[in-house]
Amino acid sequence: MTRRKKMVEQVTALMDKPERIRNIGIVAHIDHGKTTLSDNLLAGAGMISEELAGRQLFMDSDAEEQARGITIDASNVSMVHPYGDGEYLINMIDTPGHVDFGGDVTRAMRAVDGAVVVVDAVEGTMPQTETVLRQALKEGVRPVLFINKVDRLINELKVDEQEMQIRLGNVIDKVNKLIRGMNKELYDAGWKLNAAEGTVAFGSALYNWAISVPYMQTSGVSFTDVYNKCNEGDMKWLAKRSPLCQVLLDMVVKHLPSPLEAQKRRINIIWHGDKESEVGTSMLTCNPDGPAALMVTDISFDPHAGEVATGRLFSGRLRRGTELYVMGTSKNINRITQVGIFMGAERIEVEELPAGNIAAVTGLKDAIVGSTVSTLQDMTPFESLKHYSEPVMTVAVEAKSMKDLPKLVSVLRQVAKEDPTVKVTIDEETGEHLISGMGELHLEIITGRIKRDKGVEIVTSQPIVVYRETVTQIAGPVEGKSPNRHNRFYIVIEPLAPELVEMIRDGTVSMNQPALERRDILKEAGMDKDEAKNVTAIEGTNIFINMTKGIQYLNETMELVLDGWREALAGGPLADELVQNTKIRLVDVKLHEDAIHRGPAQVIPAVRSAVKAGLLMAGDTLLEPLQKIQITVPSLQMGSATGEIQGRRGQVFDMVTEGDSMTIIGRVPVAEMFGFAGDIRSATEGRAMWSTEFIGFEPVPANLLKEIVISIRKRKGLKEQIPRPDDYLA
Amino acid sequence: MLFFIGLGLYDEQDLSVKGLEQIRRADHIFLESYTSCLTGTSIRKMEHLFGREIQVLNREDVEQHPETFLALAKDEDVAFLTGGDPMVSTTHTDLRIRAAAMGVQSRIIHGASIASAVCGLTGLQNYRFGKSCSIPYPEKGWFPTAPFEVIAYNLDANLHTLVYLDIREDRHMTIPEAITLIGEMAEKTGGEPPDLYVGVARAGSAEPGVAAGSSRSLKEFDFGPPLHILVVPADLHIMEREYLETFAGL
Repeated sequence: MTRRKKMVEQVTALMDKPERIRNIGIVAHIDHGKTTLSDNLLAGAGMISEELAGRQLFMDSDAEEQARGITIDASNVSMVHPYGDGEYLINMIDTPGHVDFGGDVTRAMRAVDGAVVVVDAVEGTMPQTETVLRQALKEGVRPVLFINKVDRLINELKVDEQEMQIRLGNVIDKVNKLIRGMNKELYDAGWKLNAAEGTVAFGSALYNWAISVPYMQTSGVSFTDVYNKCNEGDMKWLAKRSPLCQVLLDMVVKHLPSPLEAQKRRINIIWHGDKESEVGTSMLTCNPDGPAALMVTDISFDPHAGEVATGRLFSGRLRRGTELYVMGTSKNINRITQVGIFMGAERIEVEELPAGNIAAVTGLKDAIVGSTVSTLQDMTPFESLKHYSEPVMTVAVEAKSMKDLPKLVSVLRQVAKEDPTVKVTIDEETGEHLISGMGELHLEIITGRIKRDKGVEIVTSQPIVVYRETVTQIAGPVEGKSPNRHNRFYIVIEPLAPELVEMIRDGTVSMNQPALERRDILKEAGMDKDEAKNVTAIEGTNIFINMTKGIQYLNETMELVLDGWREALAGGPLADELVQNTKIRLVDVKLHEDAIHRGPAQVIPAVRSAVKAGLLMAGDTLLEPLQKIQITVPSLQMGSATGEIQGRRGQVFDMVTEGDSMTIIGRVPVAEMFGFAGDIRSATEGRAMWSTEFIGFEPVPANLLKEIVISIRKRKGLKEQIPRPDDYLA
Repeated sequence: MLFFIGLGLYDEQDLSVKGLEQIRRADHIFLESYTSCLTGTSIRKMEHLFGREIQVLNREDVEQHPETFLALAKDEDVAFLTGGDPMVSTTHTDLRIRAAAMGVQSRIIHGASIASAVCGLTGLQNYRFGKSCSIPYPEKGWFPTAPFEVIAYNLDANLHTLVYLDIREDRHMTIPEAITLIGEMAEKTGGEPPDLYVGVARAGSAEPGVAAGSSRSLKEFDFGPPLHILVVPADLHIMEREYLETFAGL
């Protein structure tokens, strides 16, 4: 029997013992050694040969990833680890570190219950350490810490043993400070990291060793040994006495929760349906005999099997032939054709898969990333995946040759299905299609993939910044008339309070909640009682409130009203950009007596034009995306580095000195970031280390507004003249 | 001057003499093509009869850009033709208001309307009709049950309901389609579907189809080509029953 086959047998034997399962993710800032860690864990568990590990980048199954030496997509693998008197099944998801792929991290966090946070001992916590940690805590995912590249402290920075311990302690303190800042409750409830208790490990993923305080009891390897052996260049000794795989996976098994333990807590965070219902209790108890409830976190394409949906099964059991429904679609039966688990790039079919595991299934033709899938026809969907980054940059793509046009359209649809942080706009008439992503690199990877994997030759435009529209004051009631003028809709539009925007964004308020619960939360947050009761829809961070009472036939017309509202939000009047952070109240409605004269062709344009006119009257303005930027340079270069920020309409808000280097933290509009990589390199003689991260949208400065609006309108082929409210209300 | 002229029910012959003469005198002739249509004739036949050319207006022309033809009526005579009677079951009252706002004088030359024709073809008394309603083809996110509610409301008051059927560019709703939809609305609202219907096809033609019966029997009845319309009768008066037995196979 091959080693691999044996492994599969062990894995399947453990799958239906949830107390023996750990679903984990490995998260880190880019280059802190996450993929090397994953590979060496696999090697240690007998999945790949030890000689290959560290060279092979086993988890990087995309050719692009291996070529660039970075990890792009989250990949999955299952392995078995003996601990104490038994064996444990560890389902591991490797996640990308580059912030442009933050969407993948968000998805992976939904599937797992625990996370190993990797931090470089020399660099310490970085912006993306903070981002991934926040994503983990938001999803109720418990962290443990691995401080990597400890050898660099000794061999490169030449610190002494005492200094080494101080520095490691500092890293732990910083991570703890982050955790406390993000969620004090969990921090106090025991999520504080503590080396003595064993929730922190130290080591070198590359050289395959790690230590933790509890493991020292077994191995006898101390910090002094670490210091001496690194100094002597004999890390093989460490790898032998205190192997990475053993220490890390022991920590995972001992301190990260099983699905049984985690689901009790996490279901309350990620699902807002009725906890007393059959599916509710079944998910809370990880019951394999309840209705199936699967959250799809990834979709990939297999040349043989077609679309493969990966996700976390929170309840029930999946096997070939299981009939499932995808929530939010037309409720056609989706029949599973294969159930499997992932072993790196390879998918291995299993007979059946019970609750608490990460499943890879084929046959879910209606599912997209983020779908809730169940044996029930009607199940409250899981909370949608919250992305901390939003698409802020767009490229236009065209097929090089006309004959590829139909193929390009289908490839773009695939791309959108695979990655929910990508937004694809397909215009079949002009053949000009838009791909929006989280940054230049993200877009380069996607367009590269279209050319290489999907074999479509394309031409791409320069990337374009994505803006948003929002209002600055209250306006209305605005009267929207249907084309036949027999139907009238009266709306009031105003900015949505920032704290409510935040609550929608982080899922505290959602249309999936029971109405009463939502009303109470909104009231608590300061919303008027009647308004809180009458919230009809939420779209992005916009809220629609129906304040009318007893209007005959409005009920059966409401879906059309909301369609018109959504159409207006999809492209504001100023620059046809997405509208956000607005509150719209419907205050009165007059309807034609007969259904045929108040159909879609009448109601949708009436509401759409009322909202568009209302946006203009309420001081519609443009928001631009901003990035937080962190630059570390030798102190001498500080002036050049801050100059690069300030010269780009940026602001510096913090500078920290560490030894003879300086870290500058600031923020810069995305629109000014083009060419930054080259500029900072030449300004600092290539000595700057820097990273950026999306931090949100802010109003475009008043003196630039008109110019930017007109250039967007020109580019989109709109009339240069900015419309007036009357243009919509005639 | 703007003349709203009703063309009547079925073919070009249903037009009144007054209407015909006014059309022949008009400087511009427009035909509104979307609220109704005369299935027994064609634009060519009408043009032949009028001796004039007709410009056809679709919904967008009338609702979005009425100024273009309303403005002409300031100094010239414009004939605006519709099927049936111009202001019955249409939204053209709005046009007349708009015309007045532009200082354009207007007049209505009435035509025969299906609303009265059904009384003749079915024997159901016009005194006993309640609110009428239309059944639209359902669309995504829109399946109004109001038509069923109107029928139920009328039946409660022991009144007949005239039910208009949707007219689209590419299809005309048939009586069986309408009865099926009413059944679905009843199911959706938890009500009882009616047990008696009267269907009328091609009112105004030499061979109109008229049949009364249960939903099942009318779904199987061959009414022939469009247009179709439906009546849901209340309890029948003795004369109404005799009439339906004599002329509608009850």
